Amino acid sequence: MTKEEEAKLMYGMLFSIKSFVSKISPTDIKEGFLHYKTSKYTLHYLEIASGLKFVINTDNNAQGVRELLQQIYSQIYVEYVVKNPLAMINQPIQSDLFKTKLENFVKSSAVYLSKAI
Amino acid sequence: MVIYGVYIVSKSGGLIFNHDHTLPKIETEKTFSYPLDIKLQYENKKITVEFGQRDGIHVGHVLYAINGIPVSGRQLDDGRDALEIIENKENYPLILKFGRPKMTTNEKIFLASMFYPLFALASQLSPEPKSSGIEVLEADTFKLHCFQTLTGVKMIIIADPPQAGMDILLRKIYELYSDYALKNPFYSLEMPIRCELFDTNLKTVLEQVEKSGLANV
Repeated sequence: MTKEEEAKLMYGMLFSIKSFVSKISPTDIKEGFLHYKTSKYTLHYLEIASGLKFVINTDNNAQGVRELLQQIYSQIYVEYVVKNPLAMINQPIQSDLFKTKLENFVKSSAVYLSKAI
Repeated sequence: MVIYGVYIVSKSGGLIFNHDHTLPKIETEKTFSYPLDIKLQYENKKITVEFGQRDGIHVGHVLYAINGIPVSGRQLDDGRDALEIIENKENYPLILKFGRPKMTTNEKIFLASMFYPLFALASQLSPEPKSSGIEVLEADTFKLHCFQTLTGVKMIIIADPPQAGMDILLRKIYELYSDYALKNPFYSLEMPIRCELFDTNLKTVLEQVEKSGLANV
């Protein structure tokens, strides 16, 4: 499967999960879908107020991933995409600075380090 | 600690059993004055809130009663049209009761078959090979636990997020399914489960788990 195909499938799945969760929920939802777990991995999902979605796949033992996603949004996305005058909103992010900062940020996070041990 | 419901989905993706255990009732009754600050719309034979949220009334909620008289469809039980009453200034103040709509059987069947592709996609999108499908799906209001048997039947429990030991309960339900549905000579595979013994035993197990935890199961 190519990266592009995978991305499309992922988007389709998350879109369906979102509507599934809102319908099957016994009470009114606020944040909605948070994460799901299979035997091999966990998918964490964060949707911010503007509808932008952040997704991260981790192993099943990862803790505090939701906070990590929040930080990726506030410390990396906002800093290097929103404040970048050349980056257009709702366009694919091409900034290399964003990529490197994101990579460094994830690699230095507790979630990533605890996996290495 | 609450278990909201149990679903069993056959290997071809159809809903073959569902049981609502405890369904929280979400209803709000409020006195409104003219003009109504909530936009209502009639769709799918229900009057739903289209726009405007306040005091526990949310978009998607359904109008249940006007001045204590139940509304069915767009008609009040005494034959008057609900939307006409709401539009007429002279009827105010009005006491309106809104609530979260209950899932109909059709919607449940629809949702159960919707879970099937999600389950399959989750295992396809795995970064590691040979992953199973969704085992636990958590949202802020509930946690969905799913167990797929070797034959492809899925047992699904919708429970409160802190409720623990659901994987054991899922296997217990599987046991009940094989004991009271599969061993029933009148039960045919892939068909909806209508076995009294299965129903009663499932209910007792669910009640036991809620009251005294999983120790006795």
